[in-house]
Amino acid sequence: MSSLIAQLITRKNESVIKAQLPPFVIHFFKTVTLPTIGILVFLLFWTVGANNIDTSLGKFPGPVQVMTQVGNLYNEHVESRAKESAFYERQDNRNQARLAKDPNYQAKTRTYTGRETFVDQIFTSLITVLSGFLVAAVIAIPLGIAIGLSKSLNTAVNPIIQIFKPVSPLAWLPLVTMVVSAVYTSTDPMFAKSFIVSMITVTLCCIWPMVINTSVGVASLNSDWVNVSKVLRLPALTHIQKIVLPASIPAIFTGMRLSLGIAWMVLIAAEMLAQNPGLGKFVWDEFQNGSSDSLSRIMTAVIVIGLIGFLLDRTMLQLQRVLSWDKTTEVR
Amino acid sequence: MKISLSSKVPFKKAMTSFSNPLNTIKTLIAATSLVATSISFGANAELGYPEKEELKFGFIKLTDMAPIAIAYENGYFEDEGLYVTIEAQANWKVLLDGVIDGRLDGAHMLAGQPIAATIGYGTKAEIITPFSMDLNGNAITVSNEIWKEMKPNIPKMADGRPVHPIKADALKPVVEKYMDAGKPFNMGMVFPVSTHNYELRYWLAAGGIHPGFYAPHKGDTSGKIDAQALLSVTPPPQMPATLEAGTIYGYCVGEPWNQQAVFKGIGVPVVTDYEIWKNNPEKVFGITKAFAEKYPNTTIRLTRALIRAAMWLDEKSNVNRPAAVKILSQSNYVGADYEVIANSMTGTFEYEKGDVREVPDFNVFFRYNATYPYYSDAIWYLTQMRRWGQISDEQTDAWYAEVAKKVYRPDIYMAAVKSLIEEKMVPASEFSDLQGEDGYREPQTHFIDNIVYDGKKPNEYINKFTIGLKAKDKI
Repeated sequence: MSSLIAQLITRKNESVIKAQLPPFVIHFFKTVTLPTIGILVFLLFWTVGANNIDTSLGKFPGPVQVMTQVGNLYNEHVESRAKESAFYERQDNRNQARLAKDPNYQAKTRTYTGRETFVDQIFTSLITVLSGFLVAAVIAIPLGIAIGLSKSLNTAVNPIIQIFKPVSPLAWLPLVTMVVSAVYTSTDPMFAKSFIVSMITVTLCCIWPMVINTSVGVASLNSDWVNVSKVLRLPALTHIQKIVLPASIPAIFTGMRLSLGIAWMVLIAAEMLAQNPGLGKFVWDEFQNGSSDSLSRIMTAVIVIGLIGFLLDRTMLQLQRVLSWDKTTEVR
Repeated sequence: MKISLSSKVPFKKAMTSFSNPLNTIKTLIAATSLVATSISFGANAELGYPEKEELKFGFIKLTDMAPIAIAYENGYFEDEGLYVTIEAQANWKVLLDGVIDGRLDGAHMLAGQPIAATIGYGTKAEIITPFSMDLNGNAITVSNEIWKEMKPNIPKMADGRPVHPIKADALKPVVEKYMDAGKPFNMGMVFPVSTHNYELRYWLAAGGIHPGFYAPHKGDTSGKIDAQALLSVTPPPQMPATLEAGTIYGYCVGEPWNQQAVFKGIGVPVVTDYEIWKNNPEKVFGITKAFAEKYPNTTIRLTRALIRAAMWLDEKSNVNRPAAVKILSQSNYVGADYEVIANSMTGTFEYEKGDVREVPDFNVFFRYNATYPYYSDAIWYLTQMRRWGQISDEQTDAWYAEVAKKVYRPDIYMAAVKSLIEEKMVPASEFSDLQGEDGYREPQTHFIDNIVYDGKKPNEYINKFTIGLKAKDKI
């Protein structure tokens, strides 16, 4: 009852505004002003709250400290790049000198051994999450389609999926770590072990939502379309290609968006736990450092992690909009 | 990856390029010149190029990892043709496992780790050390409440400050009070075979507080049998937070985590390990025996780089220390604030807030032959492992010497020193007193309980302690 009244009131207010203002102003108000007000209020609360929290590492960082750290982290990145080019120059000289003495030497350029900056860590995390996600998609979508098409397969596989779905991939992490270090042995590996471990962890958490959503999407195909396909006697592959896939794209993408969001959260935690390179390690390292800048650096990372998660989600949304046949449904 | 002077490379190259006569000639010429160089290398016994050039070293965020950071930042590793990546590790167990399974090529280790691994306490693996990283550098910190209760038991100087060294006698009444109230008196140390564990135990036992026995043959590795103070493991960087949370009442850890407690106002360092045992050996650089055998030149070369770094750190009575502190305070190394690290690294130590005292030898990296891996140092750790039951059975003096010889490798160290001197990279005078060194320090005094340690007579030493297993005891 009360919600009904509330609705009525807002409608009434809206109509008042509409009556007075031109539509583009209303649009501007809705898309720019309201979010800006939201952010400003948040910043205000943050600043006031931060000032009132004292930790043994100093005050909780507010927006100003975070902005300073953004500058610092960027400067460190630039400095590190300068060091990197100096490193390659020294290496070249050393290789030349050795070649002069020892012509058989197969000079090799080694990658920079310096520290990974914040910016590097962002890219490491992004690459890890996307690779894990892609691997999961390659496995999960065909599997989901197969399960969706065949009731018996669904009945057979369902218990396993249901058991593994609620398991946090972090529980898998120790097992993955041990198996990777036992199985993935090579003197000159293409990928670092830590990368493989993080990637598999991401894959494990992406697979289940994708399988389930895909299979549900496929299973709930409009029966008319299935009948059309039957009338036309489409071969199985063409049936999947022309009917099943396009029809279940919204469901598949819902699963993908869901799993990418979880994957990003899990990856950060996994990196913290396993000390694998990435933003999670950055956060953990700063926590361990316990310097007076540590908290503000962690807060910066928190915001960056949030922004990236948001961007990943928006990207998936755009992809879904482009690929989906049904442009009428609102996706958000 | 494996380049340099191995004969396989040109041979393989020759095999594959026989199809092209010009190439063959080139290869033959190259091969001949290679044979020539390798012969000349053999004749001069000059140090060859490193067999493995890309290395990854692990460390724990403590100031005594400095030699590794300095060898990297000052380009000493690169001078040896080594391209080293340095990576902080979560805790000592992860670090040790990394070295054992080959994820890390070498690491900043607790002196007890290679020894324990070799005798099979914990994970069994053959780890050796060609380089001892530093002397001293630890302290014992207690929480503010404990300090308040301890303080009345400590004699005062004329100016009202407590007389140092503070002995555990002052802590004993506090521990007894907790025991009477039925509350466990918990303290933190960083690893079961860490220097910190043995130092904390030594200090407590010297003050009449029993720190508990281990009994690995009965499956008890918690080290709390008969304990009055219960010691548990906490990774170094988490010590202050754990103390603040009240989980432990005190801890023994390396820097900067004691000074951090002073700065944060959550605890008071009561005694440094310099006062428990003057110039005690602390961290070592550990590698697997397999690594040293497979890559002998690399091993010598990394030792050379570390020796140079240690020399730089102690040069002209610590003139380079402020620069070193600046490097260590970078977030990828120790990462604590400059002031916190500088406190101990530049020769002072802040006990109670404001009570700053001169401890010029708090961190020693090179003086007093700090880098030489003495057998007697290894044996001291073994005696403490025996004293607290980590070694369950009686062992002969010969056994102690034999284990020490397996783990500590002054031969590699001396090879590195010799080649550094030959290449005039270091003055021979710095190492003059190591000529004819047999690996045993003179019987050492300067323990907080005045018991003398002679590395050649470990069993006799073990029998001198009031608290602890005697040479023949078994739990």
